[in-house]
Formats: sequence, C-alpha cells, structure tokens
Amino acid sequence: MMGFVIRRLLAAIPTLLAVLTLVFIIVRIVPGDPAMVILGDQATPEAAAALRSRLGIDVPIWTQYLRFVGAALTGDFGASMVTSRPILAEVGAVLPHTVDLTLAAMLVGVAVGVPVGIWAALHRNGAIDVAARLLSLIGLSFPVFVSGIFLLLAFALHWRIFPVIGAADLSDIPDRLYKLVLPALTLGLVMAAYITRVTRSAMLASLSEDYIRTARAKGVPWRRVVWVHGLRNASLPIVTVVGLYVGILIGNSVLTEIVFNRPGLGKVIVGALNQRDYTMLQGLMVIYCFLIVVVNLVTDLLYGVLDPRVKT
Amino acid sequence: MGALARARQNPTTTAGAVITLLIVAAAVLAPFLAPYDPTEQDIMSRLQGPSAEFWLGTDQFGRDILSRLMFGAQISLTVSLGAIACAIVIGGVIGMVSGYVGGRFDLIVMQMMDVLLSFPSLILGLIVVALLGPDLINLVIAIALTAIAPFARIARAPTLVLKERAFVEAGHALGYSHTRILFRHILPNILSELLVMGSLWMATAVRTEASLSFIGLGVKPPTPTWGGMTRDGFENILDAPWLAIFPGVAILLLVLGLNMVGDGLRDATDPKLRHE
Repeated sequence: MMGFVIRRLLAAIPTLLAVLTLVFIIVRIVPGDPAMVILGDQATPEAAAALRSRLGIDVPIWTQYLRFVGAALTGDFGASMVTSRPILAEVGAVLPHTVDLTLAAMLVGVAVGVPVGIWAALHRNGAIDVAARLLSLIGLSFPVFVSGIFLLLAFALHWRIFPVIGAADLSDIPDRLYKLVLPALTLGLVMAAYITRVTRSAMLASLSEDYIRTARAKGVPWRRVVWVHGLRNASLPIVTVVGLYVGILIGNSVLTEIVFNRPGLGKVIVGALNQRDYTMLQGLMVIYCFLIVVVNLVTDLLYGVLDPRVKT
Repeated sequence: MGALARARQNPTTTAGAVITLLIVAAAVLAPFLAPYDPTEQDIMSRLQGPSAEFWLGTDQFGRDILSRLMFGAQISLTVSLGAIACAIVIGGVIGMVSGYVGGRFDLIVMQMMDVLLSFPSLILGLIVVALLGPDLINLVIAIALTAIAPFARIARAPTLVLKERAFVEAGHALGYSHTRILFRHILPNILSELLVMGSLWMATAVRTEASLSFIGLGVKPPTPTWGGMTRDGFENILDAPWLAIFPGVAILLLVLGLNMVGDGLRDATDPKLRHE
C-alpha cells in the first residue's frame, strides 16, 4: 500500500508543474501592458513602472516564470494587489464557510443520490425508476443559481422557514448549521442528480454479475446482497463521479455563495474580478487547481482501497 | 434499425427535441414575433406583473420580459453553438492526431489535456472572460476552452483502434497522405460519436454561458441574456419575483431539452445499450 501511495504522489508532481505553467500562460493572455490596464490610460510612466516592479513583471518572462513556480511550490501564492495581504490569508479567512458548504453538499448528494439510484436500479423500468430518471435529468439540468433562487423564494421568502442571508457566526454552531440548510440543499440536490444516475447504472451492471447469483444461491439475505455485494462493486464508478464532480462543485459553490450572500471563496473570486485584482485571481486559480489535483489523488487512493486489483 | 430511428422512438428524446426546436424557433423568429423592442425602456410600466399587455411582465426599466427572453435565446444559442463547434473541431483534431501519431507525442498531448481538465470549468471560463473582456467572441473562446479536453479524449480512443484496421493499412499501401487517411477515412467513423457528445455538451455550454452572465460576465447590457435577466430579477426579488423566475425557467427548459436529446442520441448510438 505504501509503495502505491508514494507512486501516486510522485505522479502528481508533473501535473502540478503543468497546471502552474498553464495558469502562468492564461494570466498573461491579457492584451497589452497589465500595468496600463490596471492604472488606466492616464497613468504616468513612473506610476506604471512602479506597479510593474510591484507585480514582478519588470523582469524577463523566464525569470517571472521560475519565480512564480518556485513561490507556488513553497506555498507562497503571492499577495492581493488591492489589499496587499497574502492570498493564503485572505483565503484562510473565508475557507471555513466554503468547506462547510462543500462538505454539506457532498453529504446531501451522496445521502440522496446513492439510495435513490439503488432504488431505481431495483425497480428497473418500473414507475419508481422512470420517476427517478426524469427527476435526476431535471436536477442535472438546473443551473445552480436558478435552483438556489427557487429554494430562496419558496423557503425563505414565501414560507419564511430559513433565513435569506447565509452569513453565519462561525462560533455559533446551531446558527451555522441552520443557515447552511438552503445553500447545502441547492448545491447538494444538483449533485444528487448526477450520483443517482451513475449509481443506477453501476448497480444495474453489478447486480447482473455472476457473484450476485452465487450470493443469492448461498442464501445471503437480499438486503445484504444489494448493499454489500452489489454496492461494494458499484462503488468504483460512484467514487469516480464524485471525484470528477468536485470541479463542477467548485464552480457551483461560487454561484450558491452569490445567491445566498454567503462569505466564501466564491465571494473572494467575484470581488477580485470586480477590482481587477489579477494577482488574487492567479493565486485563487492555483489554489483551486491544487485542490483538484489533491482530490484526484484521493480518488486514486480510494480506488486502491475499494478494489485491491488497482494497487498493482 | 438506424440510430436516428431508435432515438425517435424514445418519447424523452422527442420531447427534448420539441422543447429545443421551440426555443430555437423563438430565437430565430424573435425580430418578427417579439411583441416589443427588447431594449426599449418605458418607465411608466416598470415592474408590472404578467398581464394581457405584457404576457410575462416587465422589468425594472419597463422592458417587456417575453421579448427580452426571445432575443436572449439568440445569445444563449449562438454562444453555446459557437463554443461547442470550436471545441469539436479543435478537440477532435487534437485527439485524432494524438491517437494517430501515438507514442511519446500522444502521451504528452494527453497529459496536457488532463491538465486542462483539472481546471474547474466555471472558474476557468470566468477568469478567461474577465481577462479578455466580456463580449460574444470571448465568451465563445472561454466556453470552448473548457470543452476541448473532453472532445480530444472522445476522438482519441476510437482513433487508436481504427488506425490498426485493415482499411487504414490499405490507405498507407496506396500511398495516401496521413492527412487524407485521418480526415477522409478515420474521421467519418468517429464523427457521430463527436456529434452526440456535442449535443450533451451544448447543454453544459448553455448553463455555463448563463452562469457567467449571472455573475456579470456575459454579453454587456442592454443586450438581453438569460443569465443577466435572472440576475436583474434576483436583485428585485422582493418586488417582482417573476423577473427571476421566467428567465430561470427558460434556461432550465433549454438545458433540459438539450440533455434529453443528447441522452436519447447517446443511448441510440451506444451498442452496449442497444438490446436493453
């Protein structure tokens, strides 16, 4: 197992380097001189030169690249151009809100998606299956800001069960959970739609295998056959989809944070967009990509746990 | 039975095609059918609810929502169609060439595609549009960029198999150029797969465009966009909830319609599902 973990970790290094390179290139596709873009046409040459030096773009492009990669690999993502605070500090301040939201959404997604998917697979082509397929198709067609607004209209404005604004005091746990309900449902139900689909098809495949018939012939209770023998073997595609979904989840969490006016990474990124804080955007993009690389790594390692054959 | 005939037998696909075609018709015929000018402001009739005069109500500037939705559909459809067409062409060529050449070249190209895939797509689109500036062309570029890697993967896998087949070998023996073999002999065999993927990705592209406009990175006002209209409605949600509801429903319907069509086409072309 240890050898497998180390091999996967080493394999992630070139990916990280490539991600950094791509971020470096993307941020430099801005036409024209970034300093002039930021300061506007009326800027004096002295002001532009000072800003160029502050941004570190007054040196040759290779030096810039090596500095950028070196800094990022040592955990230095630069400082915000607007507030001059380190990007990691800005991110760290709002991270608990985003982590709350993302984890709660994943919980909703798995807790709803897996049972519904299994249920649909067991009633293949029956009324339950058709309903589950239609609902999951509608669910995964929902742009998350639309479902968020609908939930907000229904449960916060019409019935007034939940608050309109989702910013909670982190130390007040009940309040924190209460304000998490609607945003987590918004984000989680869309995810549940994806998980329902993949669980259904993975369960259909695994339930038609010979070992299921063997298990039934041995007299294993049906419930155990489904949840242990069937689900265990269907878990690989489910884990794959959850892992792949994290990329979508990150984008959707930005939209959810806007709709529910929650603090979080999404609000930071939108703020950086509005203030043209390019170093912040670059840093955030690197952090997001690192996150995805880590998720892919965890998914890979989970494969090894779920299916011992993967480890070879 | 042909794939199209199979797809047509599926009621979901038919329903999806009807929804999609109705929206396309509304977009194309907007200049003739729309009851009002989508950008004309009328302060006297601002924030009105649905009525006989304004079927879907008016917004905070007194503009007719129905007319704006019809013209907004043009933007949604143009941007997503443009982006997916670019992604199919660019991604398709990258995948085919990569699989055809093989070896170390293939390894490096696919590694690059994996890197592109590891960017969260909305964040990538958001940053590209923010850097390039929000207009129609840049939206197409940004959304295409998020979809190139999956199309490269879809094109590469069958190319790897096809290049070993006898008809490709025969092409080599006849002295055909690599370009000719790739585009005249391999491409026709993978085109249907690319187009089916394209219909599914159209749904994603519509949603991405709407999301970017909702964040404020869509085609600039006063041009109506569905995401931008939802945002306007969201800001007036206490006074006029229908302002956010109607464009939201429009986005949902188009994405749903495209997903239904894409699903049906995929089921009909997937040999594994054929006997279900």
